[in-house]
Amino acid sequence: MSNAGVEHRFGPYGGQYVPETLMPALAELEAAWVSARADQGYQTELARLLRDYAGRPTPLYLAERLSAVAGRTIYLKREDLLHTGAHKINNALGQALLALRMGKRRIIAETGAGQHGVASATACALLDLECVVYMGAEDIRRQAPNVQRMELLGATVVAVEVGARTLKEAVSEAIRDWVTNVADSHYIIGSAVGPAPYPAIVRDLQRCIGDEAREQILEREGRLPRRVIACVGGGSNAIGAFTAFVGDDDVELIGVEAAGEGIESGRHGAPLTVGGRPGVLHGSLSALLQDDEGQIAEAHSISAGLDYPGSGPEHAWLRDSGRATYVAVTDSEALAAFERTAQLEGIIPALEPAHAIHFALNVPSDSELDLICLSGRGDKDLAEVLKLLGRS
Amino acid sequence: MNGADRIAAAFSSCERRAALMPYLMGGFPDLAISLAIANGYVDGGADLIELGVPFSDPLADGPVIQNAGSAALAAGATLDGVLTVASEISARVPVVLMCYSNAVLARETERFVSDIAAAGVSGLIVPDLPLEEAPATAESCASAGVAFVPLAAPTSTDERLAQIGAAAQGFLYTVAVAGTTGERGDDSDYGEVIARVRAHTSAPVALGFGISTPQQASDAADAGADGVIIGSRLVREAAQSDDPASACASLVEQFAQALR
Repeated sequence: MSNAGVEHRFGPYGGQYVPETLMPALAELEAAWVSARADQGYQTELARLLRDYAGRPTPLYLAERLSAVAGRTIYLKREDLLHTGAHKINNALGQALLALRMGKRRIIAETGAGQHGVASATACALLDLECVVYMGAEDIRRQAPNVQRMELLGATVVAVEVGARTLKEAVSEAIRDWVTNVADSHYIIGSAVGPAPYPAIVRDLQRCIGDEAREQILEREGRLPRRVIACVGGGSNAIGAFTAFVGDDDVELIGVEAAGEGIESGRHGAPLTVGGRPGVLHGSLSALLQDDEGQIAEAHSISAGLDYPGSGPEHAWLRDSGRATYVAVTDSEALAAFERTAQLEGIIPALEPAHAIHFALNVPSDSELDLICLSGRGDKDLAEVLKLLGRS
Repeated sequence: MNGADRIAAAFSSCERRAALMPYLMGGFPDLAISLAIANGYVDGGADLIELGVPFSDPLADGPVIQNAGSAALAAGATLDGVLTVASEISARVPVVLMCYSNAVLARETERFVSDIAAAGVSGLIVPDLPLEEAPATAESCASAGVAFVPLAAPTSTDERLAQIGAAAQGFLYTVAVAGTTGERGDDSDYGEVIARVRAHTSAPVALGFGISTPQQASDAADAGADGVIIGSRLVREAAQSDDPASACASLVEQFAQALR
């Protein structure tokens, strides 16, 4: 049985910087993944759930009015149309099935925007697994509808009250739970971050986004897009969208991070864009917001899903190797794109992909064909956005 | 004398009792008081001191040490500040520094290790640096004469224990329970994990995580531990007391009595 493709390192990035207590569990997870992905039964069951339950394949939508504004053709990959409203369900279903194979019936998850928490709670309800979701208290405040959904689905939502009380602290607390309950629990990490083998597993479970989109755009346009654009917090929808195109040298890959209140303000979530010394957070070495002593900085973004000081290790390597480019879009720009997409296309995007849409609409380019990953829908953001726009 | 030798001497001077190894959060509640607490530990009977470097995101720590770390950072703690405590206290007992990997990387591994060696630190524990990621740090430690102390856990397989046991310098930090640091009830059975680890190493076996009463410390020693690490219980004392140095000294004294 081959472990090929379960990378521990992406260039210098990645690794397994975790307490010894977890190392055997990571080895068990890797072995289970290698066995599952080669197993017809697992693949058939996952494919069935993704198709009949989650709603794959998702449409590739030609956004004509956005295209008119941008002056080029823009396609949206409609992950927002999936069950639970975001791409997170792809990974949650795959990992929940994996937990079943490992005989682990208690699931731990973290969530920022709430989308991964909802996806995990959903998969656990479906597969009759116990689900505990860690969520920063600040995120609980700004994503209240998702908290209600998780609880309705039978999950226990644990408020994390330390630090900035957002995604970083939620991941830390989820890892601490896993260290304590590793014998009977599986941690479904929600992004392409964490210790190996997580970044590789999450990428493999999300790469259906790009695999489908590549086939769809070839069918529609008879050619590949000039650019694939996706927002990046930890980077799971982006790595999912990019992977199918990595070998297509003429396709530009662009990750859009949160510039928050502006890169120069220091209040942002754009470690890949600003560069600097890599560091270790949540078990892997990657681009990171930190001070000279190695203390992790607090990120800031209007969108809870991008409010994270770290980044997936494969993104750091795609950046360094020159294969992908990372840029950042501010809170107010994302808000404008949120509103504009709603009004022009009748689609309310999540604030996270609104960052990617803003970039495509407003930053000049000689591209004539863009593919944007619309990673989730914006219902969860309505209350927060209306408040910020002064309409509630 | 290099770090490993100094730690070995501290263990052998305990003769037939277990070494008492209290943990201290450097810079908590502030730098001056943390030095006073460290001296209190030695006055109370500490054989070695485990000195923590505060970190923003300590994955292996429970709430007491997390909060102490945050408070220390808020009070302006830095690595160099914590190392001044090491310089002072290493004149009295061996100091083993405990910090997370990003602190090591932030200063660059080689310089980090040479700086802690210059501050008199005898050993280094990095709880999020398992063997697979440790070679560069262990190598720098070896050339600087600092003992690189790995951790073993109840979940470690025999194969891993053999590798960890062989790599241990100074002592082998044995995690008593799967979990984070923090006080736990009195019903712990330490015998099995100590026996498993002992079979794979010639280094002294020090037990930590969850040992919070003198009775538990004595149980750990009876179960065969060569050293007993007391962390959260003491850090909580430092957080709650109006006179942390003397409160911690008398608490350490109680642990010391339990080990005699």
